[in-house]
Amino acid sequence: MIELKNVSKSFDSNQVLKNISATFKPGITNMIIGGSGSGKTTLLKCMIGLHEIDAGEINYDGVDFSKLDFKEKIPIRKEIGMLFQSAALFDSMNVEDNILFPLNMFSDFTKEEKLDRINFCLKRVNLENVNQLKIADLSGGMKKRVGIARAIAMQPKYLFCDEPNSGLDPKTSIIIDNLIREITLEYQITTVINSHDMNSVMEIGDHIIFLHQGQNWWEGSNTELIKADNQEVNEFVFASKLMKSKYQ
Amino acid sequence: MFFYHFGKYLLFLKNVFTKPENLKVYWKEIVREMNLIGVGSFGIIAVISIFLGAVTCIQTAYQLVSNLIPRDIIGVITRDSVIIEFSPTICLLVLAGRVGGSIASELGTMRVTEQIDALEIMGVNSTGYLVLPKIIAGTLTIPMLVVISMFLGIVSAYLIGPLTGVISGAEFISGVLRDWNPYIVVVALIKTYIFSFLLTSVSAYQGFYTKGGALDVGVSSTKAVVYSSVLILFADYLVAQVLL
Repeated sequence: MIELKNVSKSFDSNQVLKNISATFKPGITNMIIGGSGSGKTTLLKCMIGLHEIDAGEINYDGVDFSKLDFKEKIPIRKEIGMLFQSAALFDSMNVEDNILFPLNMFSDFTKEEKLDRINFCLKRVNLENVNQLKIADLSGGMKKRVGIARAIAMQPKYLFCDEPNSGLDPKTSIIIDNLIREITLEYQITTVINSHDMNSVMEIGDHIIFLHQGQNWWEGSNTELIKADNQEVNEFVFASKLMKSKYQ
Repeated sequence: MFFYHFGKYLLFLKNVFTKPENLKVYWKEIVREMNLIGVGSFGIIAVISIFLGAVTCIQTAYQLVSNLIPRDIIGVITRDSVIIEFSPTICLLVLAGRVGGSIASELGTMRVTEQIDALEIMGVNSTGYLVLPKIIAGTLTIPMLVVISMFLGIVSAYLIGPLTGVISGAEFISGVLRDWNPYIVVVALIKTYIFSFLLTSVSAYQGFYTKGGALDVGVSSTKAVVYSSVLILFADYLVAQVLL
């Protein structure tokens, strides 16, 4: 479980996050939504330690991650998997070496065990016989799937996804969404997804946090979201004609 | 601004030289970088060295118009110029463009495509993993290239002298062996190690702290080449002042 307590973050005089408190439970898909500039990416980067927070606490199962130094963070970081918007695969390596990388760095597996784990992760994301392909030869959807395979290679307790559907066609988006949800349920991972794709939110959002002007503006499930009595939430959710016709 | 970057550079080096997480993975990276930096630069260094030696020989001969000066002095001047200055300095300036630019653009691209963030989230010391192998590979292979450059420069001068009629082969050899002082090789190698370290670390620093997009990767690359070239020339002066 990840718990945020009064998290604030500023860049120079611009306060991006204002006293955000929230709880992300394991085994469900937690989503952070909001318009551009609402602070979604900053919040995610603060949670994974890429940005230092100015005030507050970020607790991973009771341990305040924000107060730890680089070395003390390593045990928690080994339990974090991250899927980046661009997948952030190492383009100097092939698919197999990308998934092998965290295993080489941190596991005591034998060569055979590592290969088994790689093939298991690739099979789990519905990719097979792509081990030797270069990253440049993969499609957008395949890159995301390899990104997920790399993220789950070390059997993480926490999975973060930054805009997992950006740049993907609707069909592939649904595949990626379902994959994230299945993995979350299967391994009881604490999953936090940063998205502004309402299809995704309605599809897999068990617990949703709506950020507005750097604040936790609204919180609830996807069924509650469409009935929310909140002007900013409604403007965001029903911005598209599709959502209006389907839910309003 | 200078002190800000100097301090940040020192902290960057402190992180680079921390204990590696897994020596096996680092070793693989060192070998890969040695191939990229050393083997990959051999061609350009060979071409430059051959022309540097030949031109030094011909231009020295052109300026020696007095019959009172023995012709074998061309060999002495060519030897000393190539060993003490041209091979370490000119080759490193060329490598600042080739290797420095490549290091900065590689790390800059990794930064803007979030690959460095991915390493950090995994708990990998990204500065150590990405930069240390480059510094080690650079300081191991560039001095080898410089020694090869010295040899090729002198051999090309030896070949071009008799071919153009400015000096005979025997006179050139006599000049090369005259008043031979191995200390100049020591000075040249000290220079090379310092220059190699500056080149790889400054370029890595520029690339590692790239912010923005593709345009900024280009800016970092340019800065890496310019700053490492200026620092190499400055260090060249300091080493000459202190050691000669």
